[in-house]
Amino acid sequence: MSDYLFYPGCSMESSAKAYYHSVMSVCKSLDIKLNEIDDWNCCGATEYLSLDRMPAYALIARNLALAEKQANGSKTVVAPCSACYLNLSKADHYMNEDKAFGKSINEALSAGGLHYTPGELSVRHLLDVVLNDIGLDAVKAKVVKPLTGLRVAPYVGCMLPRPDYGKRYSDSEHPTELDDLLSALGAEVIDFPLKTACCGGHMTQIGPETAFELIRRLISSADEYKADVMVALCPMCQMNLDAFQSQMNGYFKTNYKMPILFFTQLMGLAFGEKSEKLGFGSEFVSAHEAMKRIGVHTPIPEDIKPEPKKPAGLPMPPPRTKTGQKNTIGNKEVSK
Amino acid sequence: MSADENKSNTKKTAGAKERVGVYICHCGSNIAGVVNVGEVSKWAGENLIDQGVVVSRDYKFMCSSLGQELIQKDIKEQGLTRVVVAACSPHLHEKTFRNACKGAGLNPYLCELVSIREQDAWVHTDKVAATEKAKAIVSGGVARVVHHEPLEPLYVPIHPATLIVGGGIAGIQAALEIADAGFPVYLVEREPSIGGHMAQFDKTFPTLDCSACILTPKMVDVGNHPNITMLTYSEVQKVDGYVGNFAVTINKRARYVKTKDCTGCGVCWEKCPKKVIDDKFEAGLGYRKAVYTPFPQAVPKYPVIDDINCTYFVKGTCKACEKFCPTKAIDFTQKDEIITVEVGNIILATGWDLFDARRVTNYGYGRLANVFTSMEFERLSNSAGPTGGNIVLRDGKTTPKSVAIVHCVGSRDKNYNNYCSSICCMQSLKFAHLVHEKTGATVYNFYIDIRTPAKAYDEFYQRLIEEGTLFVRGKVAEVTDAARNPGEEGKLIVQVEDTLIGQQRRIPVDMVILSAGLEPRYDSKAVAKLFGISCSADGWLIERHPKLDPVATMTDGIYIAGCVQGPKDIPASVAQGAAAAARILGKIQQKEIALEPIRATIHEEQCSGCRICNTMCPFTAILFHEDKMVSEVNPALCQGCGTCVTACPAGAISGTGFSNEQILSQIEGLLLLTLDKKKETAVA
Amino acid sequence: MTNAVSVVDPPSSQTRREDPALLHEVSLRTPGKSHIEMCIQCGTCGGSCPSGSAMNHTPRAIFAMLRAGMRDDVLKSNTPWMCVSCYYCTVRCPQEIHITDVMYTLKNMALESGMVQDSTAFDFSKTFIHYVENYGRSFEIGLAGIHSLTHVKLATRLLDMAPMAIGMLTKKGMSPLPPKHIKGINDLKKILNRAKELEAA
Repeated sequence: MSDYLFYPGCSMESSAKAYYHSVMSVCKSLDIKLNEIDDWNCCGATEYLSLDRMPAYALIARNLALAEKQANGSKTVVAPCSACYLNLSKADHYMNEDKAFGKSINEALSAGGLHYTPGELSVRHLLDVVLNDIGLDAVKAKVVKPLTGLRVAPYVGCMLPRPDYGKRYSDSEHPTELDDLLSALGAEVIDFPLKTACCGGHMTQIGPETAFELIRRLISSADEYKADVMVALCPMCQMNLDAFQSQMNGYFKTNYKMPILFFTQLMGLAFGEKSEKLGFGSEFVSAHEAMKRIGVHTPIPEDIKPEPKKPAGLPMPPPRTKTGQKNTIGNKEVSK
Repeated sequence: MSADENKSNTKKTAGAKERVGVYICHCGSNIAGVVNVGEVSKWAGENLIDQGVVVSRDYKFMCSSLGQELIQKDIKEQGLTRVVVAACSPHLHEKTFRNACKGAGLNPYLCELVSIREQDAWVHTDKVAATEKAKAIVSGGVARVVHHEPLEPLYVPIHPATLIVGGGIAGIQAALEIADAGFPVYLVEREPSIGGHMAQFDKTFPTLDCSACILTPKMVDVGNHPNITMLTYSEVQKVDGYVGNFAVTINKRARYVKTKDCTGCGVCWEKCPKKVIDDKFEAGLGYRKAVYTPFPQAVPKYPVIDDINCTYFVKGTCKACEKFCPTKAIDFTQKDEIITVEVGNIILATGWDLFDARRVTNYGYGRLANVFTSMEFERLSNSAGPTGGNIVLRDGKTTPKSVAIVHCVGSRDKNYNNYCSSICCMQSLKFAHLVHEKTGATVYNFYIDIRTPAKAYDEFYQRLIEEGTLFVRGKVAEVTDAARNPGEEGKLIVQVEDTLIGQQRRIPVDMVILSAGLEPRYDSKAVAKLFGISCSADGWLIERHPKLDPVATMTDGIYIAGCVQGPKDIPASVAQGAAAAARILGKIQQKEIALEPIRATIHEEQCSGCRICNTMCPFTAILFHEDKMVSEVNPALCQGCGTCVTACPAGAISGTGFSNEQILSQIEGLLLLTLDKKKETAVA
Repeated sequence: MTNAVSVVDPPSSQTRREDPALLHEVSLRTPGKSHIEMCIQCGTCGGSCPSGSAMNHTPRAIFAMLRAGMRDDVLKSNTPWMCVSCYYCTVRCPQEIHITDVMYTLKNMALESGMVQDSTAFDFSKTFIHYVENYGRSFEIGLAGIHSLTHVKLATRLLDMAPMAIGMLTKKGMSPLPPKHIKGINDLKKILNRAKELEAA
């Protein structure tokens, strides 16, 4: 049984209930025990930081202080929302790096009877915990209904792989973590180029034209690569791509119908849980058609499948291996 | 009399035996601006009489001829037996003053230079405190120097042969210079042929000479030279010995070809059925066979069999080359041969590796087909390359109509390598020219700065502007195939901020060439350790002095030349190769070399054989005698760093020139003032 | 897509006042080691920014202006408000400058100076913060509602947004009522007030 301090974030109770239900279901299957931080407050998203540095970080740090108080052996805070995860980990990082700053924040916290020791807790996203603590083998073992034939575009978003002060992800622009997880669930992973391009964040409220353009890029790329669904791991990304899709369609006169799901929803399905329990049906762009495809095991018609690229002409350089960097010098593999 | 008083009496007597001259340098205002040199000189003359000081002077510039003559005059007239000069760092003028003393008939090692500039005047602002510190430093110097002994440098003979590691242009140049002067050279090269990276290039900047055309005559000279022994497909395994007397163990890897029988006819590689991607010479863009020579003009002409890919070695079948060889030169039973050569000096000219552009994921190399690295482009453009000199896309057929050349890939970037790779701007301009010439395509160069410092370089840049190259000042943010606007479908889009306009631009092109930076060889740290020299944090080998001595290293007898010391262009590599050769020829002509007598000695009776010092020695200068179970310092290799002296738990090691007695006396001298003051306050 | 405004202002008879302390001030107010003095003006940030074309100055231009001490121009610029916090600039910057965090600092400074030209972003943040400070949680429906209604431009889009608003209530089951406040709301208020005092110091 793995024990974690859980920071849900405000969206889990409002716009991302589907995420919440699927997270609970998946954690139960994988034996991840989540101890919700008692009386946690909003992390401030990207809004609080605009106004004032100290109050913004004090707001975030209150959660870290509460978590530290509650910590009972477990020293890891897990957050399923990328923005919450980034805020919490940034606060811890800066309080640690800049000692004077850390002291000031703690001074503010003391007004509420709290204190946080920088570096005390480790802050991680749920994806990170599933991959590195639980492991892909354990995930594979739980799969009873592999998502065979489902073409999934893994949309990682921007705040998870960047700035990655803790160096937890394979790459800041084209990470493979979500791809690996989806492959383990049996899905066909679409390697589309905009995996970590920004969804626009709060721009839907501030500068809608810019936001719609960013949303359009993502959806059109996934569509170009013939994905059935896009999978997200942040409530903001999911909301932007899903809830604002029809407005984006209206603005550009396009007709995309790309369902956007949370990765835990697909995990739950693969683990055999019923779709109603995983928040299916709450999305704006329905995932019904795409799910029908895997509910019934029909082979994919030839005309929908894109042609596999035949290697021709000059050879491509070999892919970088994940473990370290091996150079082939001459024909001997030597490590750098 | 108490023990302490006794000791101090003996000290007085020891000091009194010597006649010490103290000279305080003003160094213009460098020292005199902070330290009151007159006061220090006066103080030394009055207060250090018990320590042996008979004359104490100060002068504006001790290092000048007049300053030196001051010392020489006093040695002769006052019968000085020890000299202390308080001036700049010994790194600069220790030799100057030692030679001055020598000139006056005093053993140079009886002169001590203490630094009151780098260690005092230059690092303090409090003038009073700095002056007191200067007094302490001088006092320490005086206390130490009376324990100095006259020393003679160690003379070792220089073996006339030279080892050059690395057969690129720098190594080739050095080899030819030394061999032409009439001395033997061993040239060791890891690849089957000499030539290095220069053999892979198409044209060289700024003259646009064909690279192979200017290189191959030198390669042929090396191959034919009676004084050069080429050891290709070989690697150095061990280096023993010291300057003038190195014993180097070399592994001559098995070629599986009997070189005395092989004529280089090429039937073997014609008949060989096994094709593999040539990721060395062809930069992964072309193929070679399992039995191959790297390129047609290879020197030596003998092929090698790649035993990792050869069907015979993998599965036990085939042997087509053996069947078809007209002179029966194939020998699958050949083994690696270990040989040892004796040389007097070594030059390391092992070159560079290309930065792995796959690391910069936002440029898409390895993921997007038509993104190429600089070396891949050289092979495309080279008429002996995989496309016969045609610049085409990855499909092998299509000529690009627009090409983007990206500067600074993996260089000047704290995420990868912080340094500038020196040649990429010129290389990028060269590529632009070649693309214009061969395809007529539109060319964009994306840069942060255009670095064209050497002769005819900036003129080359202007030529490229005239040719119609479109220069955009901006470091490329990303290369993507995700089209957004009309006109971008099916192209590679370079997204960049054109900083001179202040706007983001998306420029669709057919082909992107990344000017990837130069990196040290992947095993440069291991090679440095093998030869007993240091490399920097980046991995480049360290020269003795970055401004004044770029080809020597801190280890006598080992020289570095070419890119192994840092990124540079061909003329600079050639110059360094020649410079290293000239230094070595100078040493060989002298027939013997004088080594500094400052080194460590192990007192056998006190040595317990624990061997802690053996591994600590950065110059691998300590040997262990199994029979006597004691360690011994090789005086020729020892550089007198003092590491072993401190490491020895038994205190069995002392240094000539830094003995325990000398150091402890210096400490007591440094504390003289402080102790005196304490005594005063205690009494008061 | 909006075009960026030219960086160069037309010449005026009044010489621009430069503030040499500006760069240092921004550096101090940004948490951690932000390295902003290391900028070599390479343009990677400007090239990477997804909303770069909507900004009147690219991030790189802002850094050049910081160095030139152009306080007013920087604080009036819409650049920090267009930042989506995607961190592309931060990870790609060859001098490892924490650009995104500097953008947050510039937001803070712009608000303090009162020079913000378009208050849309600022108002959104203020509304968000109002809920957090009074309930300890964010309130998305309220936030979206108030923001849309107070910004006339967006009000014309109300018709387009209606289906989404309804969807939020029905499909997503979001509550139209403000959230229950956290137990420690008074402590939170004390913490934030103390932090504000420290910031002002």
